[in-house]
Amino acid sequence: MAGSYLRFPELSRRVWTVWKRNRDVFMKTYRVNFIPPFLEPLLYLAALGFGLGFYVGTVDGVPYAKFIAPSLLAISMMNSAFFECTYGSYVRMYYQKTFDAIIATPLSLEEVIGGELLWGATKSLINTSITLVVIVVFGLAALGTAIFIVPLAFLAGLLFSALAMCFTAIVPNIDSFNYPTFLLITPMFLFSGTFFPISSLPVAVQQVSVIFLPLVHVVNISRALTFGRLTAPLLLDLGWIAIVCVVLFTLSVKLMKKRLIV
Amino acid sequence: MDVVHPRETKKLLGVVPQENNLDPDFTTYENLLVYSRYFDISRSEAEEKAERLLEFVQLQEKREVLIDKLSGGMKRRLILARALLNDPKILILDEPTTGLDPQARHVIWEKLKSLKHEGITMILTTQYMEEAAQLCDRLIIMDYGKILVEGKPDELVKEYIGAGVLEVRGSPDILSCIMENEELKFEVVGDTVHVFTDKPEELMSTLLNRCKVDLTTIRAATLEDVFLKLTGRALRE
Repeated sequence: MAGSYLRFPELSRRVWTVWKRNRDVFMKTYRVNFIPPFLEPLLYLAALGFGLGFYVGTVDGVPYAKFIAPSLLAISMMNSAFFECTYGSYVRMYYQKTFDAIIATPLSLEEVIGGELLWGATKSLINTSITLVVIVVFGLAALGTAIFIVPLAFLAGLLFSALAMCFTAIVPNIDSFNYPTFLLITPMFLFSGTFFPISSLPVAVQQVSVIFLPLVHVVNISRALTFGRLTAPLLLDLGWIAIVCVVLFTLSVKLMKKRLIV
Repeated sequence: MDVVHPRETKKLLGVVPQENNLDPDFTTYENLLVYSRYFDISRSEAEEKAERLLEFVQLQEKREVLIDKLSGGMKRRLILARALLNDPKILILDEPTTGLDPQARHVIWEKLKSLKHEGITMILTTQYMEEAAQLCDRLIIMDYGKILVEGKPDELVKEYIGAGVLEVRGSPDILSCIMENEELKFEVVGDTVHVFTDKPEELMSTLLNRCKVDLTTIRAATLEDVFLKLTGRALRE
């Protein structure tokens, strides 16, 4: 049985029918959905970037607002995907019985979960793109490389969606999402080189962060792309994200199968 | 049982689950369109089918209404329409009318009968014996996961109960007088004795003379009598 956790799920293009279902629901209320990713970076930039930044001055030689701009993009990727595939997916799975209805059709449960994960990645792409527009308008990003934030948002979104889906597969009830939210997402939000350089943390903490926290790697790439300073070590970050993404994707589908079928 | 080709098998099935799992994020009409995508039905074909099925289940006027605003009976009808989107060869219905008022139940029965005439095979589970008697050609009575009997509804009634049931109420004397008749098939339910017989009228006049019964009704035997006789009257808890 342990071997089955290593096999990547069998998916067909039918995953997109699940993706389309979520897209259609999203588009029904698109006006409301576009507000948070537009307002959030404005609030953070005003309070932290320019407010706190007035006292901070520069970090690593860049103005504070410019320093946190890529973090806001990375946080947008994490939050939009994570909350879509925890609360959003859980509501569809448990309260609305949407998954039950779909697996009575030719779709498999693997494809339903695959579609949910792709949708989580898409939510990350949509929200991050809006955040990116705000950041570009404030002149905080190098246009030529910053455009690659968009595909990064999809990849990182897929990782955080899969991470979220693992929790969705094991929580006993919807309130239990407080554990991963406050024990994992909030610390990651604060300690991944987002609002201060990771180098100011104790070395041991730095090492643990680099090994275990996805957001550290996403922030590294996002910062390089918004600053327009690409370096070779970024490939390590990208590799870390890609590998963990495949592992979590596979694991989350297996765990969901275990929850809903076996 | 191993399902070798779940995808191909599910293509041939229409499923009406016991629990309503319509998509609450969509309207009546959208529910059918979104669901037909899972069967690879093209948009134009899906629209045409959705219209036809909404008409079949009499929900055209509710096409733009969100699921929460539908009554229980309307939800069941919409689920039935949804189960027919892929022109199934076999329709599986799990308690299709549980919790519905009599009018709503009869509308569903009427739809299921017309589907039966079209030649769709249906597998239906129900707790309503009247529903089983109305809809089924063959039925199986199960108790605690075991098959007790199998057959046609009217034949089962004839075999286990007879043509009619005499329900006799009265004093303990009258009841024990009836119970002394060894040739009678009967069952005691509270202060009433149900006597099963093929000739209810004859038996009635016999009992009137012999036991001085007064409060007696004759009714046709039903599948419910068979069910209770086979499974007993103890609560299943």
